This record gives sequence, C-alpha cells and structure tokens, in this order.
Amino acid sequence: MKELIVENLHVTIADKEIVRGLDLRVPRGEVHALMGPNGSGKSTLAKILAGHPDYQVTKGKAMMDGENLLELDPDERARRGLFLAFQYPSEVPGVTIANFLRAAMQSRLPEGEELEATDYYAKLYEKMELLGMDRSFTSRAVNEGFSGGEKKRTEILQLAMLEPKYAILDETDSGLDIDALKTVAHGVNSLRGPDLGVLLITHYQRLLNYIVPDYVHVMVAGRIVRSGRRELALELEERGYDWAREEAAEPVLR
Amino acid sequence: MKTETSAVNINRGIGDFAYPEVHVRDAGTGLSEKTIHYISDVKEDPDWVREFRLRGLKTFLEKPLPTHWASKDLEAIDFDKIRYYLSPGTATKRSWDEVPEDIKRTFERLGIPEQERKFLAGVEAQFDSEAVYSNIKKAVGEQGVIFVGSTEGLKNHPEIFRKWFGKVIPIGDNKFSALNSAVFSGGSFIYVPPGVKVKHPLQAYFRINAENFGQFERTLIIADEGSEVTYMEGCTAPKFNTTTLHSAVVELIALKGAKIQYITVQNWSANVFNLVTKRGLAHENAEVKWIDCNIGSRLTMKYPSVIMKGRKARGEVLSIALANDGQHQDTGAKMIHAADETTSNIISKSISIGKGRATYRGLVHVPKHLKNCKNNTECDALLINSTSRTDTYPAITVRGTGNAVQHEASVSQVSAEQIFYMQQRGLTEAQAMSLSVNGFVNDLVRQFPMEYSVELKRLIELEMEGSVG
Repeated sequence: MKELIVENLHVTIADKEIVRGLDLRVPRGEVHALMGPNGSGKSTLAKILAGHPDYQVTKGKAMMDGENLLELDPDERARRGLFLAFQYPSEVPGVTIANFLRAAMQSRLPEGEELEATDYYAKLYEKMELLGMDRSFTSRAVNEGFSGGEKKRTEILQLAMLEPKYAILDETDSGLDIDALKTVAHGVNSLRGPDLGVLLITHYQRLLNYIVPDYVHVMVAGRIVRSGRRELALELEERGYDWAREEAAEPVLR
Repeated sequence: MKTETSAVNINRGIGDFAYPEVHVRDAGTGLSEKTIHYISDVKEDPDWVREFRLRGLKTFLEKPLPTHWASKDLEAIDFDKIRYYLSPGTATKRSWDEVPEDIKRTFERLGIPEQERKFLAGVEAQFDSEAVYSNIKKAVGEQGVIFVGSTEGLKNHPEIFRKWFGKVIPIGDNKFSALNSAVFSGGSFIYVPPGVKVKHPLQAYFRINAENFGQFERTLIIADEGSEVTYMEGCTAPKFNTTTLHSAVVELIALKGAKIQYITVQNWSANVFNLVTKRGLAHENAEVKWIDCNIGSRLTMKYPSVIMKGRKARGEVLSIALANDGQHQDTGAKMIHAADETTSNIISKSISIGKGRATYRGLVHVPKHLKNCKNNTECDALLINSTSRTDTYPAITVRGTGNAVQHEASVSQVSAEQIFYMQQRGLTEAQAMSLSVNGFVNDLVRQFPMEYSVELKRLIELEMEGSVG
C-alpha cells in the first residue's frame, strides 16, 4: 500500500470550510498534478497534509503508506517521508543552508548516530550542481534576501537532499522565469522514480510542459471535480476554469 | 555536533549539586564592622586594606538600593541573612592532588582539571570565598606572568597590587561595588610583563557551594605595555531555595599597546542575584574587549565598561543574554571616550523566552573637545513568546564635530510560520527554536574563541529544550 491517500477530507480555518470532501490517491512512482483556480483550496490541502497547526480537519482521512498522517506532528510526518516545497518559504535568519540541511538530515538518523560530514558535503555539492546553484549558496542564511527563483531552487535542493517518499510542490512555478522554471523542472525530473510520489500543485499548465504528469486533477471549491490523464490539463487551458467550475456543481470523483 | 569537554559548564543541571560544607572559617550571618574585622583578621590584611574595607562598608550602608531605575526585585535580597565569608582555612594549592578531596571532586565533576590539561595556560578555582587551587603552566610562569588569587596577589606582590587596586572602580561607584570593597575575597590577580603575549587563555572558575552565601571576588588584571592576555571565567552554583548573592568587582588595566580580552559565561542557578561591576582602562593604543554571556541567575545587573584614556585606544563589548522564565538579564555596556581617535564597538544580543525579561542599558560618552572618535552600537532583541519582554535604554552623548556614532537596534520574533517551515524539514519544535536562536546569535558567536562558541550553542539548545512543550 505505497500511496498517499486522502479520503473525504474536510478542512476548516477559523470556522470557514476550505476543503470540502476531497478524495485523492497518489501512488509512489507517479506524478499527479493538482490544478485549480485561485482560492480553490489547493494550498490548504498542501498545508494540512504537512500538519500546519492553523487548519482543522473536521472529517476524513489522510494516510501515507498505511499510516494515519493526521495523528502525527509536522516534524514526524517529515521524518517519515513527507516533503512540502512551500509556495512562500520562510526565512531562517542567521542559519546557513548548509547548517539547516545538516540539522534536517541529522534529525532523520537514529539517536547517537552522527551525520558523516564528508559524505554530506559531497552530496550537497552534487545536488547544487544539478540545480545550477553556486557553492557559495551554502553559506547564505536560508531564504534571507533570496529572489523568488532562488527560494524555489532552494526548496528543490532540500527535496533532493532529504529524499522523501512523497513530495508536494506548492506552486513551485510561480514567480519563475522560463530559465529558472526549466532548471527547477530538470531537478524534479531527475528525482522521479519508483520510490517517489509527487503532488504538483499549479495554477498554470505551463509547468506541465516541463514536468509531465501521469495524472491531472482539477480542484474547484474544495473538491476534485475532474481527474484524467495529461490531456486534461491541455483541455483546461483551452476551456478555462469556468468550464471546470460548472462541473463543480456535480463533482466527478475518480 | 561533536561534544568535547568544554570550557564552560553547559548545563545548570550539571552544576546543581552540593557537598556538605567543610568551612572552618565562617564570618557568620549578617554584615557589620565585626564582619569586616573577622575577614581582615583571617586574611591578615595590611592596615590600608582594613581601612578600605571599612570605608566600603560605610558607603554600602549609606547608599540606597538603585530601585529608582533598576528592578524592585533587588528588595528581595535580605542582607542580614547572608554569610559573607566562608573558607576551608587551607592555603591555595598548586596541585590538584593537594586540594581537599571533597572540594576536588566538585571541580572534577565540572571538568575543570581536564580542560586545564587540554587548552589552558593557567587555572584558578575558587570555592565559596577563597581560591583552593591556582596554577599556571611552567612556560607561562617563566615569562614573568603572575596569575594568583587576589589574597595571594595582595600578599606577595603588594607593589603592583596597591598601585592599581580600586583605581578603575572606586569604592563608591555604586552600592554593590561598595559592598564588594567591604567584604571582597578571592578573584584573580594577573600581571603580564611588557611585550609578553600569553598564547592560551587563563581561566578562573567560581563555584558557590554553600547556602545563604555571598561570593564577592575581586579581580585585577594588569597588562603591561605591548602585552596580550585572554582571561575566561565560568561559574556555577547549586539551586537553593534561598537567595544567593554574587557581587564581584573586576578591574582591567591595559597599558600602552596592550590587549586584554575578558570572557565570561555566566551560568548561575536561578536563585542567584548577580550584581557585578566590570570596567577596563585602556591606555594609548591599547584594547579592552569584553565578551559577556549571561545565561543563568535570577537577576543579573552588569554593564561592562571601557574608559579609553589614551589616544587610539579601543573598547569593545560583545554580549549575549538569555532570559528564561523567572529571569531578568539587565545588561549592557558603557563606553567612555577620553582621548582623541578612540573607537568603541558594542554588539548586544538578547533572547527572551517565556516570561523572561531582557534589558539593555548602554552608555556612550564622547566629550566635546575630542576629535575623530567613533562608536558603533548594535543591539538586537529576539522574543520567543508573546509573554517575553525586552527593553532598551541607550544613553548616547556625543558632543563636538568630527566624532561619529552609529546606533542600530532591532526587535524580532520567531514566527510560527518559521517554526512550521523548520518542522516540515524534520526538526522538532525545540530543535527549530534552538536553531533559530543560534541563527540569531551566530554572527556574534563566530567571533568568540572556539571552545566557547561550541559550548554556548549547546547551552542555548539545552535552554530551548527545557522551554518548549
């Protein structure tokens, strides 16, 4: 049962229901795109899966490889293999990328075991090269004074280093120029494989030209209204979200 | 991170033990002229010191508690219930083997003899009122460096001692310097001859073992022309339910072209009132640098100062204060420019956790007739919880033209989003907090000697672990 499963999920923030009966399955080894207009609840879904304390699950389930995600603290979810690339990553003033990632990787080791520094840096430099990042980046404080593109690249660098079982990429394409988009896509594509499931949240179909998904889901008003293959994204681009919105009156569930 | 034996006692838990008292010299409870005579008799003070003490007592009794500007918490100190002098009545030993067994095991538990072997040029260990051990490496002694307890310094080197003692910090500087002047005992006396650069740090370790006790060490460091020395002090006490008072006076004199670096990691238990006066005098082209870290105590009031007396003298204070629940760190710095082309630098970082309170008081003084003086002050506060508190009171008087002063202050808070972000990478909430705090102090800690920066980071981690969840 190697999949990320969401069943009939209802989520509220400050008494407002944002996710309203959502079903989704992302098996490992597949890339699923989740598309939808602004305010459809895509980012809320990402945050709730990662365990953000501001949101409340009122109903439904979320399981990762058979484990109930909703019972775990955010850091436990992360250590067990869930990664979220944030749409707006936080700054961590004074903490360098090298130290931050090192602490993150150390947190995955059993107690008493020390991360091997030489191996760590070798891997870090290899992944940075993959993402076209200069080595001097390692000594910069996490996201402090970064451009939008640098932030997104740093998110993907962390993804590459932490090797999760499931990665949720929340609007990783927003704010990127085409060159940066290509680099980020190249990074994600190189991580694709039988051990990683990806949920790619995006507003635009543009990203899907570079990271080609296995499945596409359309989310409107807190539910998935359509699911299909790659072509669905193209159809969506052609016909717009209004078309999907009309469908929302009668949700089509996969 | 690899944890080696450290320069600092890292954990207040580690210091929280006490062996039965072994004192044969005890001045009893409360403070009067009788107390002074008892101390002077036991220590065989020369007359001028006895008179100095009596003047100290008189001034102490006359001066009010400074509660018109400082914390009212000072009123919780009951001066009549404190014991002002306690010692085992044995001479300071040069070898750990000669130190009485029960005292020796205290310092072994704190790891002092081991650090001495590893990286120190000399160590002094004070237990309650007196130094029980002091020794410097042979090679350092052969260069003419003197490093002994203040009692011994007064006895064996009166010509240097008397010349400088009480000159940088007069008796009446404040109520607590007066108290120290009355009952001082212990502390270090250091003299570094001209041109001698002491490569490794000299360290003093102050240990309070007894309950209802006041420790009043007096440290005097003289760096002669062109010499250099680094001095580090550490401290611990067990946690008692009664209040403990620590009131030291530290005077530094850097003669022409000399450099003194003075490092403190204060980790007293949370029942200790830590009221300390520290001041350095920098002659022409000399440098006095205070690195001051305050992690422990109930209330600390300490404002390390530098008087830049000679042309091109430099003063620096780098300080970190961490105030947890039930703690008030009232710290800061004073820079008195008294000659042309003098420069000073203050960088202060404070962290308030829970209901902890951090206060920064800074004074920068540049009189009108001086030219080309510079001061830079940066003071940053980090608040961890919404109940945490920080206050800043800078007093800057810079007169005249051609002098430059720069002041920056900031207050920031660790946001919930930042913690969530870090947790999403696998760090627990406590780890995320402690990494954030380390990030906040990082650029400052990098300037500390290695042994201290590693330890300080661990100390912060331990504080954060205890304060979350």
